[in-house]
Amino acid sequence: MARTVGFFTDTTLCIGCKACEVACKEWNELPGHAPEFRDSFDNTGQLDDQNWRHVQFHEFTTPAGGVAWNMMSDVCKHCAMASCMEVCPTNAIIRTEFDTVYIQPEVCNGCRDCIAACPYHVIGFNEKTGLAQKCTFCYSRLQNNLIPACAKACPTESIKFGELNQMREVAGARVAQLRAQGVSQARLYGDKEYGGLHALFLLMDKPEAYGLPDAENAVLPRRNNFRSYLGSLVTAVLGLVGAVIAFRDRGGKG
Amino acid sequence: MTEHFVAPPQWEWYIVWYFFLGGIAGGAYVIGTLLRLFGSTRDEGTARVAFLVSFPAMVICPILLTLDLGRPVRFWHMLINSRTFELNFKYWSPMSVGAWMLFIFGAFATVSFVEAATLTGWLRHPLAQRITRLLSGGFGRLFMVVGALFGLFIAGYTGVLLSVSNQPIWSDTWTLGGLFLASGLSVAAASIALVSRMWREAADSEMKLIRADRVFIVLELALIVALFVTLGAMSGKLLLGRYLILWLLVLAGTVLPLVLQFRSSMGRPAFSVLAPFLVLLGGLALRMVLVFAAQA
Repeated sequence: MARTVGFFTDTTLCIGCKACEVACKEWNELPGHAPEFRDSFDNTGQLDDQNWRHVQFHEFTTPAGGVAWNMMSDVCKHCAMASCMEVCPTNAIIRTEFDTVYIQPEVCNGCRDCIAACPYHVIGFNEKTGLAQKCTFCYSRLQNNLIPACAKACPTESIKFGELNQMREVAGARVAQLRAQGVSQARLYGDKEYGGLHALFLLMDKPEAYGLPDAENAVLPRRNNFRSYLGSLVTAVLGLVGAVIAFRDRGGKG
Repeated sequence: MTEHFVAPPQWEWYIVWYFFLGGIAGGAYVIGTLLRLFGSTRDEGTARVAFLVSFPAMVICPILLTLDLGRPVRFWHMLINSRTFELNFKYWSPMSVGAWMLFIFGAFATVSFVEAATLTGWLRHPLAQRITRLLSGGFGRLFMVVGALFGLFIAGYTGVLLSVSNQPIWSDTWTLGGLFLASGLSVAAASIALVSRMWREAADSEMKLIRADRVFIVLELALIVALFVTLGAMSGKLLLGRYLILWLLVLAGTVLPLVLQFRSSMGRPAFSVLAPFLVLLGGLALRMVLVFAAQA
């Protein structure tokens, strides 16, 4: 059944348990990377071909002088205007009946143009399969009326799943509630960027602190087509004119 | 300047060599065409060399691109949708356009190679001779001109391909398409000059190639300046220690040949081998630094 789904990740409720990461790997049969000590509670590092959820830990000093974390479970944003889908030359990246962005593994040929395009560092190249991989929004679960594994596993309901419009309402209400309580740094991310994201976030800091481009920097690769081709065209004309002059015989000297 | 949070696509040596050989293949075809259209009959030999150089450089390109894929056997997915069997073409995605352009340019480069090889006496097959006869008149000139337009595209679009992304440096400047094109024409002129020198007397055309290469090198230098101006503070990433050596090679492949070529026009034959050799080295270094530094 066609419908438009979305995530709303409320970072104020995240306790950094990484149940989302584990549930994601379990369901999607992702073996993960070899463990690596990163001098932080975050031993996942980044979103990539194996990590389709990534719990970020950001240390900050509280007004009282203590140290605390801003945590955020990051995921593919399933952008309404998706940079990866825009450049994909094989049309392996499609929009599903759930309005999510999905890389068809049987079509992808591993050119990695989508990785160069994604502004959220979401897609990774799997050396074993030779494919670009990322969150599928648990496509197989959605097709069977199940909710995505990460949202199902989240014990604090930091990760919420539902119809996108409903998620927008829930997110808007939550931001208003926090603001009313005096939490002035609470802000919604994803309602404006890339035509509206299908993964909304309630952030406690500016987007850049979480590795998210702000609305001004959320731009599509195709913005550069015109000016780059124009630069090439002008160069071509100058080069051709120069070559024609160079190749003409000069008073019999050659 | 856009603030980026991206992963590098891990485009490495295969891609660097593709950018380099694509420049030679496309540029040589353009130069061969212009020599025939605007040069004299004495330039015909060098024009043939141009088409003979363009083809082998072109043939390697799809091989490199295929090897770079995670799933090389699926190279044809670039052109045909493997689910619907419709043609894949997205004019806004340079990789999609480039795959088609390389396919079409490949046909032009192959036919012109057959013609040049037949005229040189290498090929005697009746089909080759029929193709050569077909291309001897006005149709042949039209064929070359159309092929040269595709050649220009192949030499330059690779820079656009890098820019149509969200990668730092690549997507922060409009100069890469023009820069790769100017450099592609320059390395093509250098390749033709080197090959001509190895197997035939082409003194007349050599001076013409040198004069043309001066134009290409000046364009390239102007675009390198524009590159740094457009990148502003982000240029620092291009100028880290290990890349400085590559930039020195780029300078050696542009400024030095300009100087040497002015000398060689006064009759110093040793320089006329050294200068094109430096141009080739500099062209490769330029692609290396732009491909690797942005992903570091």
